[in-house]
Amino acid sequence: MAKPMEPIAARLRATRDLTPDVRLFEIEPDYPSAKVTPGSHIDVLVPIDGRPQLRSYSLVGPGGDGLYRIAVKRVASGRGGSVGMWRLKAGEPLTIFEPRNSFELSYGRPDYLLLAGGIGITPIYTMALALKQTDANFRLLYAARSRSDLALADELARYIGERLQFFVNEEGQRIDIAGEIARLDPRGELYVCGPFGMLEAAKRVWREAGRPAAQLRYETFGNAGKFADAPFRIRIPRLGLEIDVPAHRSLLEALEDAGVDMIFGCRRGECGLCVLPILEASAEVDHRDVFFSGEERATNGKLCTCVSRAASGSLTIDTPDQTRTPRHSQDVPVV
Amino acid sequence: MNAPKPFPLNAWYAAAWSHEIARELSARTICGKNIVLYRRTDGAIAALEDACWHRLLPLSLGHLKGDDVMCGYHGLVFNSAGRCSYMPAQKTINPSACVRAYPVAERHRLVWLWPGDPAQADPAKIPDFHWNDGTHWVGEGGTFYQLKCDYRLVVDNLMDLTHETYVHAGSIGDEAITAAPFDVTHTDNAATMMRWMIDIEPPPFWGRQLARPGRVDRWQIVTFQAPSVVVGDVGVALTNTGAPQGDRSQGVSGAFLAAITPETETTCHYFWNFVRNYRKDDPQLTRELQLAHVNGGAGVYDQDHRILEAQQAAIDKNPRSPFYDLNIDAGALWARRLIDQMVADEQDRVIANLAAE
Repeated sequence: MAKPMEPIAARLRATRDLTPDVRLFEIEPDYPSAKVTPGSHIDVLVPIDGRPQLRSYSLVGPGGDGLYRIAVKRVASGRGGSVGMWRLKAGEPLTIFEPRNSFELSYGRPDYLLLAGGIGITPIYTMALALKQTDANFRLLYAARSRSDLALADELARYIGERLQFFVNEEGQRIDIAGEIARLDPRGELYVCGPFGMLEAAKRVWREAGRPAAQLRYETFGNAGKFADAPFRIRIPRLGLEIDVPAHRSLLEALEDAGVDMIFGCRRGECGLCVLPILEASAEVDHRDVFFSGEERATNGKLCTCVSRAASGSLTIDTPDQTRTPRHSQDVPVV
Repeated sequence: MNAPKPFPLNAWYAAAWSHEIARELSARTICGKNIVLYRRTDGAIAALEDACWHRLLPLSLGHLKGDDVMCGYHGLVFNSAGRCSYMPAQKTINPSACVRAYPVAERHRLVWLWPGDPAQADPAKIPDFHWNDGTHWVGEGGTFYQLKCDYRLVVDNLMDLTHETYVHAGSIGDEAITAAPFDVTHTDNAATMMRWMIDIEPPPFWGRQLARPGRVDRWQIVTFQAPSVVVGDVGVALTNTGAPQGDRSQGVSGAFLAAITPETETTCHYFWNFVRNYRKDDPQLTRELQLAHVNGGAGVYDQDHRILEAQQAAIDKNPRSPFYDLNIDAGALWARRLIDQMVADEQDRVIANLAAE
């Protein structure tokens, strides 16, 4: 149960393009937070199709100067957050929320492996700087599609030097995740932030290597899966509802928009509170949560509505609403 | 921004005697932070935030499961680094689930804890408290846990020993202390108060320790290490035998040791010891000295305890800031200046620390 948060008025001070697709936003809040730790993120109210929606972004850099820096990758096919952010101009007002950390870095471990893919570098960058400062034993492996996609590469090379290794996919370079995990001290921790496939691979290899689950750290905002975001339709026979879920809305949001009572917690695919049973799926279900195990996902019995979606087509689901008369049979919203 | 606390967080504070932390959960509040301490099977000590990630029940109400702590409410398990390693009724672990792990180190028979930014916790900064090792100096101390006063009142107490004349009359206090001049010096992290009382009758306690007739030179060289450790080099030697020049062979030396840990803004844990370098193989004397310091309410430290809590109660009732100061307060004022500087530096860091860009 997350504490309710107060919105904070802020201003976009400046932007700077780190790569052709990644833009750094420097945000000045009215009330700076006392302490921002590596792995922290802020939630930003982003205007998407004319209405503000919450998006989470990792803070970049140690901060401490009262400014929040986030890096946003422009994804035309995404849920609209990045496009909304990229439209913002320096000087514009913004509403944000107090930094929070759900990807906390442990200090004092004997060894660390940091794994970053693409825009996943943002929290990892800050962790690498912090570990360097404490003289920790760590390595950062940073993969991106092309050389020009390696945001913050120069800064990293300058600050952490030989502890850094780049992997440029289009030049045929791939991280040997199993080999790298094997090199890590048994008491060491692995931190991963990157595309869905990278995280899935890291989790699988980590488990297969018999490493303790508690020493694998990762963060996902649940905004990437196996498939690109696409519209799909949900049917809820019990409530007599059919709802279209647009590409830029989550299934949970679409249910809420349609007036379906839902309980939820993290809204990032971690806690399992907004889970609903799948009765039938006409297309592949794109499970983007970290709540279910791989085996559980494979059975397709349930899904986390806050992050998971259908690749296309339609899903038939149920809800816990046991009201006898369908309450929602009229006024099916056109979203 | 909140008013700064009266203590820096980026410092090592004594949290327990080493022997007090075993294979069970021990709760402490240090600098306002609730912490659970325990010893792992490999002998190392772990210190975790004493509140379960899930519903905040103190983990100290749970139990140890190997090197991990199991919450006594819903069974969540946290390892000694604070990472959740088990959640009920699911096959996975929420990746954001953790409790804070505090840097902790054992040195000089004490457990030291760093309540601030773990990235800055450098064991090299643990105060020099080697007198407490139990080797060259011997003595057994204790702790006044949850002493009801601002830890700085204890620092004040130890940095000005004229109070001995009045609070500890009949044992270590006498008129010679208030009559003798003293010097106060400081560095950027320590303050020292030095007083020599030349050619005096020894006070009763020191007369018994020396166990030789004659007048003495008595010294009190009290050093404060910011933010909260005080070591007092004290003793007597027969007068005219060269003690002020460095030859203490005709005397007895002791040291009072104090590691004072803020519990809250108005309570503290006072780890004390009195050690000596004479009659070191006399456990009977060790026991007597320990008893003399507490003695069921009549010992030297009990006398201080009563004064300090009464002083804090009076401060709470009659807030008057600052205190009026006397020349005898020079040592305490330098100590407080060093504490204030640490607190201010910590505040500045938050604001002025430059971003990487």
